[in-house]
Amino acid sequence: MADTLAATEPRLRAGRLDAGALAANFSDAHPPLSAGQALVEAARCYYCHDAPCIEACPTAIDIPAFIARIADGNLRGSAETILSANIFGAACARVCPTEILCERACVRTAQEHAPVRIGALQRHATDALMRTGVHPFARAPETGRHVAVVGGGPAGIACAHRLAMLGHGVTVYEARPRAGGLNEHGVAAYKLPGDFAQDELDFILRIGGITILHDRRLGRDIGLDALRRTHDAVFLGLGHNAVRSLALSPEPLAGVQDAVAFIEDLRQAADKSTVAVGDRVVVVGGGNTAIDAAMQASRLGARAVTIAYRGAPELMSATRFEQDWARTSGIRIRAWSNPRALHGAAGQVTAIEFDGGGPGQGHGPDIEPADMVLIAVGQRFDGGLFGAGPSAVPAMAAGRILVDAGQATSLPGVYAGGDCTAGADLTVQAVQDGKVAALSIDAMLRAASA
Amino acid sequence: MADLRCSLAGIRSPNPFWLASAPPTDKEYNVRRAFAAGWGGVVWKTLGLDPPIVNVSGRYGAVSHQGRRLAGFTNIELISDRPLATNVAEIKRIKRDFPDRAMVVSLMVPCDEPSWRAILPIVEATGCDGIELNFGCPHGMSERNMGAAIGQVPEYVEMVTRWCKAATRMPVMVKLTPNVTDILAPARAAAAGGADAVSLINTIQSIAGVDLDAMTPLPAVDGQGTHGGYCGPAVRPIALRMLGDIARDPALRGLPLSGMGGIGTWRDAAEFIALGAAGVQVCTAAMHHGHRIVADMIDGLSNWMDAKGHATLESFRGLAVANYVPWGSLNVNFRTVAHIDPDLCISCGKCYVACEDTSHQSIAKLPGRLYRIIEDECVGCNLCAHLCPVERCITMVPQPATAARATWAEHSNNPHRTLPGTVR
Repeated sequence: MADTLAATEPRLRAGRLDAGALAANFSDAHPPLSAGQALVEAARCYYCHDAPCIEACPTAIDIPAFIARIADGNLRGSAETILSANIFGAACARVCPTEILCERACVRTAQEHAPVRIGALQRHATDALMRTGVHPFARAPETGRHVAVVGGGPAGIACAHRLAMLGHGVTVYEARPRAGGLNEHGVAAYKLPGDFAQDELDFILRIGGITILHDRRLGRDIGLDALRRTHDAVFLGLGHNAVRSLALSPEPLAGVQDAVAFIEDLRQAADKSTVAVGDRVVVVGGGNTAIDAAMQASRLGARAVTIAYRGAPELMSATRFEQDWARTSGIRIRAWSNPRALHGAAGQVTAIEFDGGGPGQGHGPDIEPADMVLIAVGQRFDGGLFGAGPSAVPAMAAGRILVDAGQATSLPGVYAGGDCTAGADLTVQAVQDGKVAALSIDAMLRAASA
Repeated sequence: MADLRCSLAGIRSPNPFWLASAPPTDKEYNVRRAFAAGWGGVVWKTLGLDPPIVNVSGRYGAVSHQGRRLAGFTNIELISDRPLATNVAEIKRIKRDFPDRAMVVSLMVPCDEPSWRAILPIVEATGCDGIELNFGCPHGMSERNMGAAIGQVPEYVEMVTRWCKAATRMPVMVKLTPNVTDILAPARAAAAGGADAVSLINTIQSIAGVDLDAMTPLPAVDGQGTHGGYCGPAVRPIALRMLGDIARDPALRGLPLSGMGGIGTWRDAAEFIALGAAGVQVCTAAMHHGHRIVADMIDGLSNWMDAKGHATLESFRGLAVANYVPWGSLNVNFRTVAHIDPDLCISCGKCYVACEDTSHQSIAKLPGRLYRIIEDECVGCNLCAHLCPVERCITMVPQPATAARATWAEHSNNPHRTLPGTVR
């Protein structure tokens, strides 16, 4: 198929929108509840016995209690209830897919398809505490023990915080110049706008007892053997460190990019007008990363953005809420669109070709013009990062580090959690893993010194 | 369409909804708007002798409940603070312009006969339909030996009522205070004094809350608070009880009753009428939402009466009175048992924890958050049925009688029981 786009301007271009439009597009996507709205919403909570929402929360926040404390004007107590179970309660209030977790389990969903807005209430309470700048928890007396945490994302920081609370010293080894993990580098900018991730990190670190060392990558700057020798325990919160790729063209084409890298560049750009984006963008994938990439491409000024998913629409892993939001934001979602090849001209991508034959898709080749193709077909953990150095590496299963119920790996004194281990790839799950690991490490250290 | 016309002690109105004596009936402007909106009558805010009293700034203290900012309030406003002549002129104009509406004037003057004899002719000259003696105001005026200070002493109630009956041809309605231990005492006293009707209840003595920063009771006036009178939906059950006590009292049979206290909807009004009221008075709901609520009340009452086949108010007035009995008349052998509809249950567990923690341990929790009544343990208290957030999910099922109807007087546990065949 001939390229239908006139090549009079660069296909990838920064600054498609003016500063005002960009500021609006990347501001808070879902504004907070007002105090009055929060009271009305809090009053909708039935304060269930053995509440199903608690069970649905990976960190088991006592949701009825925190909502009751909003209702009775005890915002400090509400926030403490949340943060005692999930120190990233403020980020999770913004990024959790609540519609498949607590809010799906809310009994009002069963009753009237209208759950209590738990996420919005959680944000209300945690924002109020963060505004005061007061860290609500105190450290237990110093134990003299020291733990290495590898990876400064939600799993690692949650682990570090709980260890610090319990009186242990913690050093976090972070590969990048900024800690925060996906909250800093991976979540769509309009979900955690401004410098929210760093503000929250500062708030969490105020507990004390935690040192973060940046630009320390495992296998390059630090080794597992050394960490085990010099610390009383090690927690691995390595996250996804690799992406799945598709081989769709014989040689690399400009305009074809990994969606995770696109989002990370966007997040780290102080000025969004410096980020290049195509005019016609196709995002390949069906998860929330695909949605995030598509939405942000659109908000950078791409005029036609399409998400192409290979299978049946109901199998897309992006939540229904995110899909609907994308559609109502002008994103086209096409299912049954398995990519077959990329077309290019002069080293630049011009179109993507899909296998035909899906239900309702007709037959034969199906070509979608595109000057930017973002690949979002999944992230993975690359166990090769341990390098050849260590005398022993933790056992793996299905491409992730194998852990027991207490997040212990096969190596004595080495624990792991978050996306590098099995389980839901959610911030809230990573936080839970880190918290559980910290409790296991604490129990182990106390038993050893008993 | 049901006939909503109302007659109370000879005072006629096109519907039973009157605005009670309060700020909404303090002046011509408000009352014109009220009548334009459809209110059947008003009781003009209480008049006193000149010079007028003064009111303070900061008159209401709100009670908020579960996200509703105004669930009820305490007021510390006194009677009309405008000159008597101003009020009287306005009442006259309104009555002239709205001859079909009930115009009752509330009065409160010092407790001496000359004072009452002085004001009655002035009021009568307005052409109003009747007067309401304010023996209920629970704050401020009671400190000056008026309002509730009269209403709380049956002898005074009878005495002042008699003075008024002797000095005017107008129907005299006596407004009762709920701040007494036995509402029958002032009600009987009013009847003995010749009252043509009684109205109840006035507000309930209250402090709306305490400002925990300023440490002042609410409402606060320049750093201090005083008790006031509470109103709003929460007082309705208290009003209904007092109304029912009077309605079923043989000594007061036939005494016309004007019911009020927390009425905000047609259903509230229908309940008062079913318990014996000839008409109702409304204040708080109108102060919260404006005069237009009367249209909803008229429409709702009319539709309900049509559905029930009640052509007039008289056709259902007092029908619940005969069923309002002393506890000792209840059938202790009657039994109901709760039933949970599993198809409607949303698994909130509220029934379970309430029964388990605070009641009779008669709900079983099964795997999967399924809840089931243990019928042998259930005493039929209704608690679970009331607190279940899902309508009709928990119902109370009457059980087949296993023993003949019996009251406590006949029960074997009663050491003073009436034995069969005993002649008393």
